Amino acid sequence: MGKRAAAIVGLTEWAPKRVWDEPMFTMEACARLAAEVLADAEVDKGEVDGLVINGLRESPLFAPSALAEFLGVRSNFNEVVDLGGATPAGMVWRAAAAIEVGICETVLVFTPSVPAPPQPGANGGPMKMKMGAYMGGEVWGSPQGQFEIPAGLVAATPSFAMAASRYMAAYGVSEETLAKVAVDSRYNAQANPMAVFYGKPITVDDVMSSRYVADPLKLLEIVMPCYGGSAVLVTTAERAARSPHRPVYVSGYGEHLTHKSITYAPDIVDTPIRLAADRAFAMAGVSRDAVDMASMYDCYTITVLLTIEDAGFCPKGEGGRFIDEHSLRYDGDWPLNTHGGQLGMGQAGLGGGMSHITEAVRQVQGRAGERQVSDCNIAYANGTGGMLAEQVALILEGA
Amino acid sequence: MVHFSTDGRPLPTPTPITAPYFEGLRERRLVLQRCPRHGYFFYPRGRCPVCLGDDWEWGELSGQGTVYSFTVDRAGHDPALASRIPFAIALVDLDEGPRLVGNMVDCDVGDITVGMAVEAAYEDVDNTTLLGFRPVG
Repeated sequence: MGKRAAAIVGLTEWAPKRVWDEPMFTMEACARLAAEVLADAEVDKGEVDGLVINGLRESPLFAPSALAEFLGVRSNFNEVVDLGGATPAGMVWRAAAAIEVGICETVLVFTPSVPAPPQPGANGGPMKMKMGAYMGGEVWGSPQGQFEIPAGLVAATPSFAMAASRYMAAYGVSEETLAKVAVDSRYNAQANPMAVFYGKPITVDDVMSSRYVADPLKLLEIVMPCYGGSAVLVTTAERAARSPHRPVYVSGYGEHLTHKSITYAPDIVDTPIRLAADRAFAMAGVSRDAVDMASMYDCYTITVLLTIEDAGFCPKGEGGRFIDEHSLRYDGDWPLNTHGGQLGMGQAGLGGGMSHITEAVRQVQGRAGERQVSDCNIAYANGTGGMLAEQVALILEGA
Repeated sequence: MVHFSTDGRPLPTPTPITAPYFEGLRERRLVLQRCPRHGYFFYPRGRCPVCLGDDWEWGELSGQGTVYSFTVDRAGHDPALASRIPFAIALVDLDEGPRLVGNMVDCDVGDITVGMAVEAAYEDVDNTTLLGFRPVG
């Protein structure tokens, strides 16, 4: 399928925050995001006939119908996507594909991540973002609960640290080179007032002197968990042509996964990004050289290095040299994560993954402000979920 | 499923299909399932993950392997293990093929390297035996 039949026409994004002072139910967050993204795209709510979510806290079952009821939407396409950090990218291509096959025309894609109002009887007050270390792996029958959790292989950082450790042994990249990814991201964040690290640039020395969290990864190579939220609107190319913003075609996409726990990754330094990206580029009929900006999931510095290689922007083992030789800044020769990435902007739950898509859309639409990449027509955006597990790649092209 | 030791460590709750593996550990034996076509596999499951055949048999492995990768947890990603930091988590390629996860024991975390030769080590915690690895040679 493919190509130029569906386009992103609108977006909204809330500034990530460590502490969220305005708790709201997920359904309320979706309603607010919907109002904002429809206003941005100048699309009437009555045109919406598709909903894509990760779930609803207020309706663990029957989530899409609960949201349709809440929003007053008569919906033809209703999808719950469960791909960790790759969820937003996975949502966008599912929306585009649904439009391409003709099951629906205009789809709201939501990634809210905000705390609920305190329950009566529970402790009140602003909540600080915290993710359960076991991520559901503790349930009866889970292999993770029997093998990974007892070994302390929990949360995400130790798994990505093992990828970095293996990569360093196999290819010899330096910790300073990985640090440069964080430094360039932070530079970009200085041009993004919504970034949690706006006004806080860092140097390679700062990264190198930050404490080891899981060897060889250090604190400043790791995203800051935040609250936030975002949404995009995907519609037909025909409807997109009547949008106030330049339509951004979802012209290529690919998805791949093989494992949940990193223990069972076939090769932890040759990631599923490769097949997802190959399919996306082939579908779009676009070469790597044609990409004007890249928006790569960056939960850790090592994720970016592996993505640059496995998405085909340089040969395996040369990602370190690529990072050393290119400026990854919005005003550099290879603009990457111009919003600051999640390393610079903060990881607002699934909104963190969506930030790579919203930024690519802003750049292609020419509304990235101070950090606008000149003549930006084709963006590569991707999502990495779980333990280098779920991978989704997107090619986003301006009309 | 996870339960917790008297000193707060997360421990595995074996299932009907994984119980023989954990019983093996208790006896200081590393036993895994072996498919007649595709060899040993990990973790225990009812069907070979290559061919989905169910004609596997339990077999005993040497416990010898090499470190595929490792990390040292210095932050206590599991609050229940925070009192044990720094500790090393390793992925180990056994000589017979499968890759397993376990903690490195009987060594300084600073001495661990990718490719290091290791052997199975067994650690009793309450009524459970955990698999770990220690350097050899």
